[in-house]
Amino acid sequence: MSKRKVLQGNIIAAKAAVAAGCNFFAGYPITPSSEVAQYMSKELPRLGFPFIQMEDEIASLGACIGASLAGRKVLTATSGPGYSLMQEHLGMAEMAEIPLVIINVQRGGPSTGLPTKPAQADMMQARWGSHGDYPAIAVYPAFADEIYSETIRAFNLAEKYWCPVTILMDEIIAKAHEDIEIPDTKDISIYSQKDNVVKDLNIYDREIGEKPPRVDFFKGYPIHVDSLEHDAHGWPTIEPNTVHKMQTLRMQKVYHYLDDIIAFNEYNMDDAEIMIFSFGISARSSLAAVQLAREQGLKVGLFQALTIWPFPKKQLQDRFKRIKKVLTVEMNMGQMMNEVERVSTDDVEKRALLRANGIAFTPQEVLNAVKEFYK
Amino acid sequence: MRDYERYIRYRTFPSPWCPGCGDGIVLKAIAMSFSELKIEPDDIVVVSGIGCSGRMPTYFNTNTLHVTHGRALTFATGIKLARPEKTVVVISGDGDALAIGGNHLIHAARRNIGIKMILINNGIYGMTGGQCSPLTPQGFITETTPYGNIEPKFMASELLIACKASFVARETVNRMKPLRDVIKKSFQHKGFSVVEVISNCHINLGRRNKMKDPLTMCRWIAGRTVTQAQYDKLAPEERDHKYPVGILKEDTERLEYSELYHKHIIPGAKEAAQKAGGHNE
Repeated sequence: MSKRKVLQGNIIAAKAAVAAGCNFFAGYPITPSSEVAQYMSKELPRLGFPFIQMEDEIASLGACIGASLAGRKVLTATSGPGYSLMQEHLGMAEMAEIPLVIINVQRGGPSTGLPTKPAQADMMQARWGSHGDYPAIAVYPAFADEIYSETIRAFNLAEKYWCPVTILMDEIIAKAHEDIEIPDTKDISIYSQKDNVVKDLNIYDREIGEKPPRVDFFKGYPIHVDSLEHDAHGWPTIEPNTVHKMQTLRMQKVYHYLDDIIAFNEYNMDDAEIMIFSFGISARSSLAAVQLAREQGLKVGLFQALTIWPFPKKQLQDRFKRIKKVLTVEMNMGQMMNEVERVSTDDVEKRALLRANGIAFTPQEVLNAVKEFYK
Repeated sequence: MRDYERYIRYRTFPSPWCPGCGDGIVLKAIAMSFSELKIEPDDIVVVSGIGCSGRMPTYFNTNTLHVTHGRALTFATGIKLARPEKTVVVISGDGDALAIGGNHLIHAARRNIGIKMILINNGIYGMTGGQCSPLTPQGFITETTPYGNIEPKFMASELLIACKASFVARETVNRMKPLRDVIKKSFQHKGFSVVEVISNCHINLGRRNKMKDPLTMCRWIAGRTVTQAQYDKLAPEERDHKYPVGILKEDTERLEYSELYHKHIIPGAKEAAQKAGGHNE
């Protein structure tokens, strides 16, 4: 039976993680995400699972990767400064193909920035934060029920594509206490790689585009996992053809399945003349602005990205065939705005409502920008 | 095939180590300890960071994990906590463990998590071509101290003991039998253990300091090797040039971290949950 509750966003995410089968957490306290760690420190041992507070965020993600290789479903939670430190091991998890979920409750930056104020400024870090080429997956809930469903989806994506997944949140939805209907566990669909297990030492031996099988230690055949570029055995290599194949394998395990990975919501898009592109808390202000605009007879719609990375390129390009005005609304100095620019043609007029001062947009502010666009 | 060879992954040879390097001796001593303790290869995971020592796990026919610079202990902590019944070994060098990985070493020792660490101390960054490490002796010439090293080295053992490490030992690559014995002993220890192995890097340290062949360098190490009793009698200024060997600290009373967590925290939390009727908001 589902349960109706008033819960903080961070707690909703933590509850969803447990429902998704998370059975290991390693983390380091940081505002505004600490409630996730606090909840897990109390809940996981009740279920018989380990929780550990590490000495920093680098160590936290290291412990998560270790536990993941030992067969656990792992989670960590952090904010911008910690996410910066985690980039080292995010790259390692991409390289060695380790499933894990990171919650990044963003705050104002750069550096230690605005610890208690919201921002949507880690968008590009979630894509390009670590060195080298890799196919990042990041999701971005906006509403309380989406925090729950996107957390479940993040675990499923990590399991399915055997890679790290970032859940981006902003301080407002993570800290706000909201009304939510927690679904019954039997109504939650959990993806499991249980039957798709590596059977020998060739842990990375697969065709390009093929989904990776699960790779774990202690399965009866001692394997090698490496942060160095490796061959099908996982052993270090610099042989150019092998390196090229491995680079392609890692990219294409995600890019072959975009339709499965990319999720979004649309509001009032059928007859829209202006499309707002937004996500997270800015999408909530934008949705309210759309409703205000519609009351005034303005044909405005909202495209709310739930999957931020990979970017919903094909979906936006479809909309641009008909809609020739797009307004990007985001709490930063212009990050996803450039992605919208990249995927659109010159006949699409692009504008952006940007701010990074720690104050979220009000619906009225978004509405004013829409009206300005109409002129 | 001798039994310890079960633990060697011959397919991945040759190793990247220079002729005469002490790393091979450490590799063999570890494999022999596994064999003497009859641990199943699949029940072992060997983790390492970056450097010459970092390449060692590739050559063990156990589960092996080669990770980022200085962070091996963090991965090992996750593995040990997830699967406490497994044997988790970390191999690290002096730069890996005490410079970039210093923070992780302090906290692994403080937690007393059941990781068996082999810290190979050759006093230099060998893999990157011979730059100064935190354990390079003062006055030595390296690629980044061309006019002599002005920083004092420190004793890893003293740091570890201050961090409440429950097993600390030191040996040298010159003394194979005692090295094997102390590694085996450390593998039987339940909490966090560190065996520091003084090793020779005649190529990247010795060559620039009038010890360009392995024998000269190993004799230099032998000249600095003393027992704990001999070390205790030395004046403080003389101690800087000596390495006391043997078991320097052994505390078998302290509970191991994952045991403490699984046997005390989890039952306590379950009991609290029952009392609270499963309520946790």
